[in-house]
Amino acid sequence: MGQVGFYINQAKCTGCKACQIACKDKNDNKVGILFRRVYEFEEGISTKVNGVFKTSLQSASLSISCNHCDNPKCVQGCPTGAMHKRESDGVVLVDHEKCVGCKYCTWNCPYGAPQFNDDLGMMTKCDTCLDLREKGENPACVDACPFNALEFGEISELRAAYGTINEVSGLPSAKFTNPNIVITPNIKE
Amino acid sequence: MKKEKSGGLLNQKIGRRSFLKWSGAVAAPAVLGTSIGFTKLKEADTVLAESKDSTEKIYYTSNGNNCGGRCVIKAHVKNGQVVRISTQIKEEENGQPALKACVRGRNYRNMTYHPDRLKYPMKRVGKRGEGKFERISWDEAIDTIASEMKRITKKYGPASRYSVYGWGNGYGVTSDISSVNKLLALTGGYLNYRGNYSSFQTGTATPTIYGTGSSGNSYSSLAYSKVIILMAHNPGATVFGTTMRTYLMKARENGAKIIVVDPRYSESAKGLADEWIPIKPTTDTALMDAMAYVIYTEGLHDQAFLDKYCIGFDEKTLPEGIDAKESIKAYLLGEKDGIKKTPEWAEKITGMDRNTIKYLARLYATNKPGALMLGNGGQRHAYGEQHPRGGALLACMTGNVGVLGGWASAKGDCAGRPSGWQSRFSSATNPVEASISCFTFTDAIFRGTEMTAEDGLQGADKLDTNIKLIFNFSGNALLNQHSDINRTKEILADESKAEFIVVNDIFMTPSAKYADILLPGTTFLERNDILNPWSDEGYVTVQQKVLEPLYECRDEYEVCAAIAKKLGVYDKFTEGKTRREWMDDYVEAVRESVDPNFPSFDELCKKGVHFFPMDDITIAFEDFVKDPKVNPLSTPTGKIELFSKTVWDMNQHDEIPAIPKYIAAWEGPEDPLIEKYPLQLIGWHFVRRCHSIHDNQPWLEEAEKQVMWMNPIDAKKRNIKDSDKVKVFNDRGTIFIPVHVTNKIVPGVIAVPQGAWHSADKNGNDVRGSLNVLTNSRPTAWAKANPQHTNLAEVEKA
Ligand code: SF4
Ligand code: SF4
Ligand code: SF4
Repeated sequence: MGQVGFYINQAKCTGCKACQIACKDKNDNKVGILFRRVYEFEEGISTKVNGVFKTSLQSASLSISCNHCDNPKCVQGCPTGAMHKRESDGVVLVDHEKCVGCKYCTWNCPYGAPQFNDDLGMMTKCDTCLDLREKGENPACVDACPFNALEFGEISELRAAYGTINEVSGLPSAKFTNPNIVITPNIKE
Repeated sequence: MKKEKSGGLLNQKIGRRSFLKWSGAVAAPAVLGTSIGFTKLKEADTVLAESKDSTEKIYYTSNGNNCGGRCVIKAHVKNGQVVRISTQIKEEENGQPALKACVRGRNYRNMTYHPDRLKYPMKRVGKRGEGKFERISWDEAIDTIASEMKRITKKYGPASRYSVYGWGNGYGVTSDISSVNKLLALTGGYLNYRGNYSSFQTGTATPTIYGTGSSGNSYSSLAYSKVIILMAHNPGATVFGTTMRTYLMKARENGAKIIVVDPRYSESAKGLADEWIPIKPTTDTALMDAMAYVIYTEGLHDQAFLDKYCIGFDEKTLPEGIDAKESIKAYLLGEKDGIKKTPEWAEKITGMDRNTIKYLARLYATNKPGALMLGNGGQRHAYGEQHPRGGALLACMTGNVGVLGGWASAKGDCAGRPSGWQSRFSSATNPVEASISCFTFTDAIFRGTEMTAEDGLQGADKLDTNIKLIFNFSGNALLNQHSDINRTKEILADESKAEFIVVNDIFMTPSAKYADILLPGTTFLERNDILNPWSDEGYVTVQQKVLEPLYECRDEYEVCAAIAKKLGVYDKFTEGKTRREWMDDYVEAVRESVDPNFPSFDELCKKGVHFFPMDDITIAFEDFVKDPKVNPLSTPTGKIELFSKTVWDMNQHDEIPAIPKYIAAWEGPEDPLIEKYPLQLIGWHFVRRCHSIHDNQPWLEEAEKQVMWMNPIDAKKRNIKDSDKVKVFNDRGTIFIPVHVTNKIVPGVIAVPQGAWHSADKNGNDVRGSLNVLTNSRPTAWAKANPQHTNLAEVEKA
């Protein structure tokens, strides 16, 4: 399998966070640990002119986890080699034999993806639900979305199907890490 | 409405710091209660014997709480514990949509294992409402309840007994509410209630128009709509039916334009729709009247449809003896009141631009078929009964009734689908005939004997007694979900009024605090049932017991049967059946009346859901439209009564007009009180709660915090910044709540997600942001229902 990644269809995302909770349930993550996070972006104004409402609001939600980047800054920042990108499909993983909990990876990841677990004293993060994938299933977050706004697969196939947008307003520039995500932005004419 | 684009969403580069700054979700939010891990619960470690193995087994189940959907929940069980929740992801074999759980459904493991579960029966030891309780045995609890029932019935008669509206476990074969009602019916009777807190206004008005509340096509019909207007309707968060969202998404894929009309930019506006058009709360009927005016005056209306199928659009079809000036056309043209219901007229009332009103009217009238779908939010105001009537008028004017892809509007429950509501369990007749509107129960506690038909009393001229004994099972409407919490607290706290209150719940809710006897209930993972969605979508889901009841928790069937035993009606209550055997009885009933191939309970457990055999698409009023003579509606005239003679004869034309009319709401934007309280306050159904359920769930609180939305213009005037704690108040009370300053709401309107559990500080002010501290207990004119989006308030920085 080649490099894997996520497709995020913002145009269909209601921001409901079913994906976020499904991920927490799958990974037993307590409050504060969010492998998948849903952000909201807002731009434009809603006002009243001569008693009449006018709005130029654009608002969208964005559900992201780890982007299993081609150029993972988290891996580069890790002094022990715990944070690594596996060969087979490019999933970025933490080796808990090696992690010393120094948190350098969180400082280097521009997306806030690695999540420190203070019970373990180590870093944790999205592993693309490796165990489910081994059983031929989708990651938990992907299957959870009631609006079918998320997909998972080989990034080449996702790009072929949905294009190559990998940054939107509110996200850091893709040039730092080359994230393996494809986004359909939510733009209302 | 054309949106300006400022910068666009693409290629706007934000550095890492600012990214983290606006991405609030990263910071650990403040959460209620204790944090939960999944360490084994010592007391709770009772499980199905067969599942005590270490391989993971998956069981189908489903929750029957008061959400309109019924979703398939898969409980992953290992070593006797639920270790994970998942849901159905694939379409059914017959092409029916997957019944996917929403965000609320993903948290059920936490709900069940929450350390705050009520664990054993308790009796009150402090003052009522104080929340001080002492553990007692089940025997003592049952004895006390039975003897209080006897004492109160003897002293005041059966009409002094009341079972409060509560649907926390309400949609099954032996639901909580039907168990309590059966127990009360078999032991003398109880004061009935009519209606609900969800849709009683539309439920009252819609049958006067169409003869039924089932005025909706099957949701599958939406895939054929060209335009869909979601008015006060947020299917992106509230689930009227689990299958609905699939078809809304299909409609959009098929090129339909979807528009959301709402004071808030809702989840639906974000992910399901193409456009958001804001409006002032309580003014939607003015919008619909003006849309009707545009459609009529521009000749876009279907006159043939109005002539053939409807009563009262113009003088031609008015009932005999009614003056021509009473027709809808005459009203729109201002022939009686001198006011033309123009977009200019409506602009002043609604805040919606006149050109937008024209655009909306033309869009709907010229893109057929179209669906004007009304949510229940639009009818939950002072004159909410007019909301469904305005919708029906537009549907009829555009000939969207009885057609594929159209929508007759008004209440819109699915018509023509096989119904799963076939339980024979609750067949006991209540000897008491008197009924009140559920929203007036607090009045019946202190002035029941004074209530008359004007207060909505039916089935009796007067009541001989006030309410003295209250059962509140699996509901939070005793206090939290009822309007004007401070008023209700005062009424409930007085032990000389309601003398005995018994509550069953799974948590110490604000209502539970008012119990004299408090019973620990089970969650859906600890019980069996077969469940229906709100609207007949043509399927049922199975509720399968995957855990034995935790702690000393018991389900209501068992509790009511035990009370029945004490009172000598056990056999009548159970009819010789265990709860499990009632499932078999249900299966038999469904096989006889709906579907001979309905699976046994065990078979149902294996497949999780059963769809009845049915047409892929059903269209409300299709037969009527084909041949109105052969297939008349069940209205008095057999036609669509846009003018209702029945309503006319009620003779309260100002507040209950015979045609759809905008009536300015008290505590609406035209009420002079707006000088003192300048903000219209509405609630909304929060995506992470089902009404008040799940308010105490940390993962869900982390996902969506309880905050009030306020427009930057209103915030600036008050020197308020995002995340500030604010004080929201009116004459009824005060709440404290953090504010979210956002352009997702229009100026002049503030919104607080409804259902947060009231928590008072030492001054009696609410510190959790519980909306009903500020809502009005004055019932609506016609249904005598809850006007909970009709509020004026003011906000200050706390
Ligand atoms: S998103 Fe962050 S954690 Fe994930 S691979 Fe990229 S840099 Fe590393
Ligand atoms: S793939 Fe699995 S671990 Fe990663 S965000 Fe989705 S659910 Fe969480
Ligand atoms: S579950 Fe789907 S719609 Fe909901 S926030 Fe996640 S991606 Fe968006």
